[in-house]
Amino acid sequence: MSRNVAIIDYGVGNLLSVARAVTAAGGSPFLACSPDEVAKADRLLLPGVGAFGHCIDTLTARGLVEPILSFAAGGRPFLGICVGMQILFDESTEFGLHRGLGLIAGRVERIPAEGRDGRYYKIPYVGWNPLLRPTGRESWRGTVLEDTREGSWAYFTHSYVAVPVNDADCLAEGDYFGHRRATAVVHENLSACQFHPEKSGPAGLAILSRFLSL
Amino acid sequence: MPRTRLIARMDIKGPNLIKGINLEGLRKIGDPREFAQRYYEQGVDELIYIDIVASLYGRNSLTDIVRHTAEHVFVPLIVGGGVRSVRDAEDLLNAGADKVAINTAAIASPKLIQAIARQFGSQCMVLSIEAKQITPGKWEAYTDNGRERTGLDVVNWARQAIDLGAGEILLTSVDREGTRKGFDVALTHAVSSVVPVPVIASGGMGSVEHMAQVVNEGLADAVAIADMLHYSRIELPDIRSAAVSLGLEVRKP
Repeated sequence: MSRNVAIIDYGVGNLLSVARAVTAAGGSPFLACSPDEVAKADRLLLPGVGAFGHCIDTLTARGLVEPILSFAAGGRPFLGICVGMQILFDESTEFGLHRGLGLIAGRVERIPAEGRDGRYYKIPYVGWNPLLRPTGRESWRGTVLEDTREGSWAYFTHSYVAVPVNDADCLAEGDYFGHRRATAVVHENLSACQFHPEKSGPAGLAILSRFLSL
Repeated sequence: MPRTRLIARMDIKGPNLIKGINLEGLRKIGDPREFAQRYYEQGVDELIYIDIVASLYGRNSLTDIVRHTAEHVFVPLIVGGGVRSVRDAEDLLNAGADKVAINTAAIASPKLIQAIARQFGSQCMVLSIEAKQITPGKWEAYTDNGRERTGLDVVNWARQAIDLGAGEILLTSVDREGTRKGFDVALTHAVSSVVPVPVIASGGMGSVEHMAQVVNEGLADAVAIADMLHYSRIELPDIRSAAVSLGLEVRKP
């Protein structure tokens, strides 16, 4: 099976970090900037940092939205990271309302700063948080988290979080001051994580490695 | 809430990891890449490299160290020292940094904060503050490793930088740095209680109790550890277990 991974290069995010981690996980990454390279990829990885609107606008301006949609429809493995997860959803409320790719039903909202305990917490959320298995999901078998131990730690840095409409799309959750939110999703051939596997130590590399063998 | 991050801070001069007291009287310790690797294997949450001569001599020798580290170490990497422009930041990010820490150039031109936050996102823009106490409850921001005064009040400067887009603050107490006498808890509290972004307390950690104090009383979101780790006074796993027994929420890798 090919271990080539096309990392979408649209000038957003630290692509080299992602590429190095994919290499360390045993893959062969290359940067894909043209619609053609995206469409032809065996596996596609969509990173992203910064603002949702900026990411989606940049993808649109570079003519990459259609190729991503057709790749997604083609059934090959796809992994979104951070804002690359968020833009799979219908819309986001970050800096006004922005439409996403609409590949997974749901919207992206600000992390609630008010905890269950009534205290206010700092946003952006920066740091490590354990990956929790949603109650409705029996196991992580057959997903990017197959080799991941429940409660494994991952590194996050974000202010917004995706809220899937369908519980079945939720692969992992995290605790945000007493509120449970999705931290990874899976929908057919699409996998995505809010955390940064490329910055989550050996546990993160194991997730990338599993993506390479999906 | 996110667990208190344990961050190894490595000050760099040329190819060497160095350590001083009050950011002066520097001693050579070793090859920073080897230390970074060891800390990664011991489960450090994040790493900081600060090129401590870059802003004096107008150069940045860090790139090679950053590149090597980023190929082997898969936790976030904050890099600072001599970042003067969006281009400098981009070079460090391209070498493998995840966040850039800026002090001198941000004070000289606060717009740089905005430019970097716009281009790479706020999560990438760490404001580095070198603080010296003037009177109890008052601190002044310094540049060039605590040598140059700026006249800026630390708390006001932190607020202004957050408005411009800084996403995190690396707050170094020049008074405590390298002394092992404990963090400046009042300084950390003064900043962390008024800014909405995470604050990394830096300077003075001599024991795990110091860490508990700056987290519980100073509201630090992360602690930078240098001296204690570099001289192997205590290893990271021991810091973690001691932190847990003191009731701190830390990652358990």
